[in-house]
Amino acid sequence: MLQQNYFELFGLKPAFELDIDSIAARYRDLQRAVHPDKFANAPDQERRLSVQQAAQINEAYQTLKLPLSRARYLLELNGITLNDNDTAMEPMFLMEQMELRESLAEVRGKPDPFAALMTLRDTIEGKERDFVADLSAAFGSGEQSALEGARETVRKLQFMEKLLRELEELEEELV
Amino acid sequence: MAYSDKVMDHYENPRNVGNFDKDEKGVGTGMVGAPACGDVMRLQIKVNEQGVIEDACFKTYGCGSAIASSSLVTEWVKGKTLDEAATIKNSDIAEELALPPVKIHCSVLAEDAIKAAITDYKNKQ
Repeated sequence: MLQQNYFELFGLKPAFELDIDSIAARYRDLQRAVHPDKFANAPDQERRLSVQQAAQINEAYQTLKLPLSRARYLLELNGITLNDNDTAMEPMFLMEQMELRESLAEVRGKPDPFAALMTLRDTIEGKERDFVADLSAAFGSGEQSALEGARETVRKLQFMEKLLRELEELEEELV
Repeated sequence: MAYSDKVMDHYENPRNVGNFDKDEKGVGTGMVGAPACGDVMRLQIKVNEQGVIEDACFKTYGCGSAIASSSLVTEWVKGKTLDEAATIKNSDIAEELALPPVKIHCSVLAEDAIKAAITDYKNKQ
């Protein structure tokens, strides 16, 4: 089990489009089967193995359930790694990021900050949906050039996720 | 995580925050981003006819280390020639600010930003 990739662990072929409900169900079954409590009286080695397996199943589930981490993992399986020290991005994309950050910073001063936050959230989530659709198409085609494109999309999605987390922090502060 | 005193100083009193008109001929603009943490940095230089950086400014959306790294670079490049400014290394920034290993990428971002600003300026001449 420890040698299987995360998709195999869940009895699936590697793909971006997944049925999340069936993964969640399979996750609960697997967790039950290897739960360390079941091995409380088992020999040391078996007990250790069950702990390792439970951790691996948990990690697999956390990775597969969200589009961003699932896409990163799929790229890895295809031998495409993301270099986090690579700071070059499309200028237009960075410009837009700057503007979105500025809009977020200005929310506090708005007469109705919650309405401004909601508008901004709609914008960000709309862009995220577009990126996820792009990823779905790229992984669906499976061509190498499409996968290289998916790498860029994953990087962009990481910026959007960060932005969304900051928006959520501000939202909590304002409540 | 605890920030060094120097990072705190730049974070609380960032130097040279702002922006220049990016369409001006004497202005070079560098925009970079760190996908790992979602930080975005814009660093601008104003260059005179002798090729000396007269003024610099930045705007960074990111953690304290990223803000401090860009703030420090704008201080460092003022009065330098383009060639001198291009020799700034991320390791110099990291050392000056006593950045921990997990924050080294913030200094990489600042080095890439000044390099990008210099390239942008040169392309416009």
